[in-house]
Amino acid sequence: MSLSGSYHYLAVVLLMVTGLYVVMVNTNLIKKVLGLNIFQTSVFVFYISLGRLEGGTAPILADELSRYANPLPHVLILTAIVVGVATTALALSLVVQIHRAHGTMEEDDIDDREGGATIS
Amino acid sequence: MSTWHLINAGLLGFMVAVAIAVAALRNLFAAVMLFAIYSLSAATLFVALDAVDVAFTEAAVGAGISSILMLATLAATDGREKQHRHRRALPLVLCLALAVVLFAGLHDLAPVGDPAAPAHVHVAPRYLSETATEVGVPNVVTAVLASYRGYDTLGEAVVIFTAGLGVTALLGGHFRRRRSGKNGDV
Repeated sequence: MSLSGSYHYLAVVLLMVTGLYVVMVNTNLIKKVLGLNIFQTSVFVFYISLGRLEGGTAPILADELSRYANPLPHVLILTAIVVGVATTALALSLVVQIHRAHGTMEEDDIDDREGGATIS
Repeated sequence: MSTWHLINAGLLGFMVAVAIAVAALRNLFAAVMLFAIYSLSAATLFVALDAVDVAFTEAAVGAGISSILMLATLAATDGREKQHRHRRALPLVLCLALAVVLFAGLHDLAPVGDPAAPAHVHVAPRYLSETATEVGVPNVVTAVLASYRGYDTLGEAVVIFTAGLGVTALLGGHFRRRRSGKNGDV
């Protein structure tokens, strides 16, 4: 496999690992959600790269065209983007409630104060 | 052809740089804005990879709505990240090990754009050849989304509905209480 055919996948791996690192290292909950989103977008790039066809065009049928990109990864990723935003919204509303209950969104501080605060 | 490679490699390199900047920044507002730029470059990359439907969804939903939600969360909380006390060595080693394993796995993948790749030979040719007669919509992505895989889309709607219920349950009471508290002050 030559490099010209594989650099998309190399970048996907780098993005994925960066997202995972952000989730693992940061104690700030918003930063963790950002890390999850970076990871998620790297998977989108991976799928769309798989769907690309050399010499193809966007999968919208026209009489003068015969080679199209694979429409199936596009459909799966459309669904994944919308579901991703729904889960992000849920995660962020959890962060808001955690901040309200504990006065912080740093995991360390929440651990320190554990037992001192309850969700009202 | 080489222009195409240049655009793709440039956008991917830019995305990696922005992702690393998000990881390094401590100012959460800046990190959220950089994430919006990251999403927008992903959308541009999707145009280059012939996925126009995905591109405008990513631009509108990924870069637009996600960023607004994160900014709203920042407005409701506080905008700066604390200094870490944890050691970063173990996560870094784990992530690098994962990267090495994934790089090794890349050798089994067909190159991007290869017509003989397994993804292109199974069900996609049928969608492309039959959509015109079976569904009658020129956009094959729409046909697959709404017709061939309509149940997937129904499942997606259920997930969004559930997430909406969750957000309402978590935050609905919060804003109602805040409003009634304000009325009480007046």
